[in-house]
Amino acid sequence: MLAMVAVMILAIMSSAISVIYSKHQSRKLFVELQKLEKQIDGLDIEWGRLQLEQSTWSSQGRVEKIARKKLHMTLPKANEVIYIK
Amino acid sequence: MKNNKSHYQFRRVVVLTIFALAISGLFYRALDMQVIHQAFFQQQGDARHMRTVPISAHRGDIYDRNGEPLAISTPVDSVWVNPKEFTDFKIISKLAEILDLNAEHLKNKLRKQAAKEFVYIRRQVSPDVGGEVKALGIKGVYLRREYKRYYPSGEVTSHVLGFANVDDQGQEGLELAYNDWLTGETGAKKVIRDRKGQAIDDVERIRPAQPGQSIHLSIDRRIQYLAYSALKASVKQNKAIAGSAVVLDVHTGEVLAMVNQPSFNANDRSQLRPAVYRNRSVTDVFEPGSTMKPFTIAAALETGKWNPTDNVNTSPGRYKVQGSTIKDMRDYGKINLGEIILKSSNVGVSKVALSIGQEQQLEMYTKLGFGFTTGSGFPGERNGNLRTSNVSEFERATMAFGYSLSVTPLQLARAYAALAANGVIYPVTFLKREEEVHGEKIMSMDTAKKVRRMMERVVSDEGTAKKASIANYSVAGKTGTVHKFISGGYADDRYLSVFAGIVPADDPQLVMVVMLNEPRNGEHYGGQVAAPVFSKVMSGALRLLDIEPDNLEYAQVGKKGKSA
Repeated sequence: MLAMVAVMILAIMSSAISVIYSKHQSRKLFVELQKLEKQIDGLDIEWGRLQLEQSTWSSQGRVEKIARKKLHMTLPKANEVIYIK
Repeated sequence: MKNNKSHYQFRRVVVLTIFALAISGLFYRALDMQVIHQAFFQQQGDARHMRTVPISAHRGDIYDRNGEPLAISTPVDSVWVNPKEFTDFKIISKLAEILDLNAEHLKNKLRKQAAKEFVYIRRQVSPDVGGEVKALGIKGVYLRREYKRYYPSGEVTSHVLGFANVDDQGQEGLELAYNDWLTGETGAKKVIRDRKGQAIDDVERIRPAQPGQSIHLSIDRRIQYLAYSALKASVKQNKAIAGSAVVLDVHTGEVLAMVNQPSFNANDRSQLRPAVYRNRSVTDVFEPGSTMKPFTIAAALETGKWNPTDNVNTSPGRYKVQGSTIKDMRDYGKINLGEIILKSSNVGVSKVALSIGQEQQLEMYTKLGFGFTTGSGFPGERNGNLRTSNVSEFERATMAFGYSLSVTPLQLARAYAALAANGVIYPVTFLKREEEVHGEKIMSMDTAKKVRRMMERVVSDEGTAKKASIANYSVAGKTGTVHKFISGGYADDRYLSVFAGIVPADDPQLVMVVMLNEPRNGEHYGGQVAAPVFSKVMSGALRLLDIEPDNLEYAQVGKKGKSA
C-alpha cells in the first residue's frame, strides 16, 4: 500500500514537472516563432518595396525616355532593317 | 487545577473552532473561485489584460502574362487611438508632427469622439513612420498592420485592373471581378496587455491569416503601354472626347491590351470619378458602322449564293428601302463584293444583305457574339444590342452597314478575331490561358479567308486605310466612320472613328480595334484618325512578340553569315 502511494506521488511529481517543462518549451518556441514572423514581415516589406522600385525603374515610359533623349536611340526605319533568313 | 485545566480546555475548543471556521471559509472561497465560478473569473481576468486582435491578410498580387507586377500589396501601418485611454494631450503635437497632421484638428477629433474606443487617426503610413509612433509609447495609441495596394503601371493599366478601396476590397474592374480569389482571410490572435493597455506579448494564434491568391492576367504590359501611349497621343491630336483600343490574341481569345481615354491613376484616390474610371472598352456601346460590312459579306458567302467576284449594281448611289433612302458617298456603279468592302458601299452591302434571308444575316451576327457578353466576366460588361425579331427590311439593310445595332469595342474585336481564326470564335478572357481553349466554328475557313483577302485591299494604296499598313507585314482591316446618334437622330457633324484590323493577314496572330469618340480637329475618317493608332501599336507588338514578317517584298533580305 505504502509502496503504491510512493509510486503515485512520484508519478504525479514527474507529470507536474513535465507539464512545467513543456509549457516552458512552448513559450520559448512561441517567442522564437514571433521573432521569425517579425523577420518575415520585415522581408515582406522590403520585397514589396523592391518590386515596386524595380517596376518603377523599368517602366516603359522611363526606358523609352532615356533611350530616346539620353542615349539618342531611334527605332530603325523599315528600309534600314535587313532580314536574315 | 482541575478547574483551570477545563477552563483552558474550553478556550482551546473555541479558538480551534474559530480557526476551523476560518479555514473552511477560505476553503469554500477557494472552491468557489477555482471550481464553481472558475470560468467567470477567468473571463473577467482575460478581459482585463487579454485582447483578441485581427491579423490583416495579404491581398493577392496581380501580374501580367510575363510575370511583371501590375498590382502589389505592401505592408503599412494604420495608427488608431482609443480615446478612453488617451489622456496625454501634451504629446499630441509630437504625434501630429510625425503623422503629418494638424495638431489642433487631431485634438478636436479626439475630444469629439471621446466616448468611442476606436478612432483611426491616420491610415496606411509607411512602416518607418509606424515605428516612430510606436517609439513614442503613448498610452492609448496603437498600430494596426494593414496592406496598401500599389499599381506600378498607374494610368496605363488602370481601367483593366480597376482598384481596391482603403479596406482592401475590390471596387472596380478585375480587382472587383476576382475579389474573392484575391482577398485573403483575416486571422485573429490573442495578446496580453499591460496596465496601460499596450500589447506586450502575443500569446496565442487563434486563426492564422490566410493570404489571398495571386492572378496572372492575359495582359502584356509592353503592348498595353504601346496601346496606351498611341491612343493617348491620337485622342489629344484629334481633340477627341474619348477613345478605346483592344488587342486580342487570335487563337486564344486572350486580351493582350485594353486601354481607354481619358484615363486615371488608381494610386491617387482623389482621381476616382465614375466618368473617368469606367472601362469604356466593355461598358460603352456604339454603332459599329462600316466595320460591320465584312460580317455581312461573310454571311452572304456562307449562303453559297454569292462569290467574291459577283457584281452588284450600286447606281446611282442611292437605294430606296421601304420609303427610306440609303446613300453612298458617290455612284460606284457596278462593283463586286470585294469592291463593296474596298469602297465601303452602303448601297452595295444593303442589296447583298436583302438578297439573302433575314435568318442567314442575323444568325451570322448572333454567332459572332453581337448582343451577348463576350464571357470575359468583366464587371459592368454590356451585351450591346442586336434585335433579331420584328426587324423591318430597312433596319436589316442598315444593320448590314453597322447601324440599328450596337456593340462594345471588345465585342467587335472578338468578332474580328473569329474572321482571323478562320471562322472559329473563342470566349474572351482577361486571365492567362494555361490550357488550350475550344472555340466554336461559326463559318467556313474558305469564307473567312475570302473576307480577309477583301479586307487586305482596304489597307493598300487603293483603300481607305493606307495609314494602317505596317512595313513588312500584310494587314487586313476595315475602317468605320459613324455618325453619332444623339437624341433625336444622327448628328451630321459628330462622328465615331473606328478601325478594326488583323495581322498578319495570311496567318493571323493579333486583332486590334481602335475607336475614337468625336474627333474634332478637322479629320474624322476612321482611316485618318483610328488607323494610324493601329499601325503604331501593331508594328511594336509584332516585334515584341517576335512574329515573323510575311511581306518582305520591299525589305532588304540578307543571308546568314553575311553582314550588311
